[in-house]
Amino acid sequence: MRKIAKEKLGALLAAVGRDKPLYIPALDASGQARFTRWHEGLEMARALNTVRSAKDFFFPQTENLVDFKVKGKQIEIIDPRSEQEDFVLFGVRACDARSFEILDKVFLADPVDTYYQSRREHGTVVTLACTQPEETCFCSAFGIDAAAPEGDAQVWMDEEYLYLSARTQKGDKFLESVRALAEDGGEDAVQRQQEETRRVMAKTPLAGLNLEGFDGEHLNPLFDSEKWAELSQACLGCGTCTFVCPTCQCYDIRDFDTGDGVRRFRCWDSCMYSDFTKMAHGNPRLTQVERFRQRFMHKLVYFPANNDGQYGCVGCGRCLSKCPISMNIVKVAKELSKEVR
Amino acid sequence: MTQETLIPKLGVVTDIRIDTPDIKTFRVVGLDGKKVFDHMPGQCAMLSIPGVGEAMFSITSSPTNTEYMEFSIKKCGCLTDWLHQMDVGQQITIRGPYGKHFPVEEEFRGKDLLFVAGGVGLAPVRSVINYVRAKRENYGRIMIVYGSRSKEDLLDYDEILSEWMKDEGVEVYLTIDRPQDDWDGHVGFVPNYVKELAPAKDYTVILCGPPIMIKFTLQGLKELGFAETQVYTTMELRMKCGVGKCGRCNIGNKYVCKDGPVFRFDELSQLPSEY
Repeated sequence: MRKIAKEKLGALLAAVGRDKPLYIPALDASGQARFTRWHEGLEMARALNTVRSAKDFFFPQTENLVDFKVKGKQIEIIDPRSEQEDFVLFGVRACDARSFEILDKVFLADPVDTYYQSRREHGTVVTLACTQPEETCFCSAFGIDAAAPEGDAQVWMDEEYLYLSARTQKGDKFLESVRALAEDGGEDAVQRQQEETRRVMAKTPLAGLNLEGFDGEHLNPLFDSEKWAELSQACLGCGTCTFVCPTCQCYDIRDFDTGDGVRRFRCWDSCMYSDFTKMAHGNPRLTQVERFRQRFMHKLVYFPANNDGQYGCVGCGRCLSKCPISMNIVKVAKELSKEVR
Repeated sequence: MTQETLIPKLGVVTDIRIDTPDIKTFRVVGLDGKKVFDHMPGQCAMLSIPGVGEAMFSITSSPTNTEYMEFSIKKCGCLTDWLHQMDVGQQITIRGPYGKHFPVEEEFRGKDLLFVAGGVGLAPVRSVINYVRAKRENYGRIMIVYGSRSKEDLLDYDEILSEWMKDEGVEVYLTIDRPQDDWDGHVGFVPNYVKELAPAKDYTVILCGPPIMIKFTLQGLKELGFAETQVYTTMELRMKCGVGKCGRCNIGNKYVCKDGPVFRFDELSQLPSEY
């Protein structure tokens, strides 16, 4: 383990950000934390969670898939991609770090999504351990240790030092790039901080969320539950939960006439929207009840059924704090668990 | 090299056949004049016109046709309207093949096969029919029950009359919903016709058509002693990617694009009935 005095944080960011794009959580003009491209003088926000998750960096909200030139009956197909450059995400929390592994299970499964893959290969994820979880946090319910985040390299920060440790080759390279600033040591301080964080984490209001029974075995009883109608009653179908969610990966593919050709792009989509499954001959999810059910069944039941028990949620709490009707996955899980226990 | 799944290939439409008032069959080859890719019966392809849209269609031609692919497409939306208006020589984009095919070389080998289709539901089934007709020695008896609203709405009518009906060991039963002057064949809905015909219960069944037809045909087959494990169908839900990632064609934890579109009814009945 290496440590760097906290007053050198600016120097650390500069050492990394000088060579390649570096993104850190920073406050925007409205005072909200979001991952922002580092520049000299940009300060790291103290907020735990950015308003939007970090998934944009690997799965952008919109991205160009393919371009076409159309001339009469003739079509030309153009791959619009240029070479992906290396970049570093610094200050990713444990929940967001886990979300990348969940997205991997979708995009890196055969057949590999090469757009995503290329960004994953070129991005270095440097995590930052949480010390003061928010009341909406429940990552521990998914076996995530906020005090030991994953990623390529891990960072812990206290009043005096940043402590750094690499987990992968990309993490080694990151540590190498800040070698001049670092000295050895810090294990004891990190261990003390971890114990304290885990103690606090265990006391958060949602820490006791029990997900027993949410597996493929109870798929049909959970799907058929009469509780969905009640739970979804106030849902506006705004899709906010899906847009702030670090693991929501559903996308749409659309064409845009550029005047000079056609650009086919993909963009985030939401299962909460009425036209998500709408076809010429009808819609299998006609009302918000079915759309609402789809979202939670996907995260809590379908995804683990297909991925060795891995849930499609990381407990980041964004949907809890952003839902305009205060409905959320925790309420759903608690209510639904009565069906299977 | 990794296969680029979202970047399509180019195809060109070399023939357009008007099948019914709202269904046309399009013949597609690559720009080199050869098939764009190989497939198995029941698999699908994403066709698109840039700027108009992209959608999944079943490949109606049999893999045993080594020269071209065919798609029978009903006019019912933005993209299909456009396809219906285009002329021969139009280039389109195509990607695939997608999905699980009918087990023609596995479970179907050596079996008696009963095909039941309604309307444009014959499109995916035709691929299987022509595949087993081409490899006749590998299969037992073949029985085809096909129905549509009217005589004019029967898909592949010429091929049915001039080829299928003339094959030895292939029984074809056609029906239309309402009587009409130039029709002396059977009149009535497909599910009832299947019950009247009462096929022996050792047939393996390939069933495709509108949901209501599937529902009542399956019910009738069960009354005749058929088990769900003998009946296969092919599903269709809205799709964007075709490879199980865009997240919209799922039935429970199965994606129609990659775990289907071909399902056996005992598999389907284990899933939530959200389709």
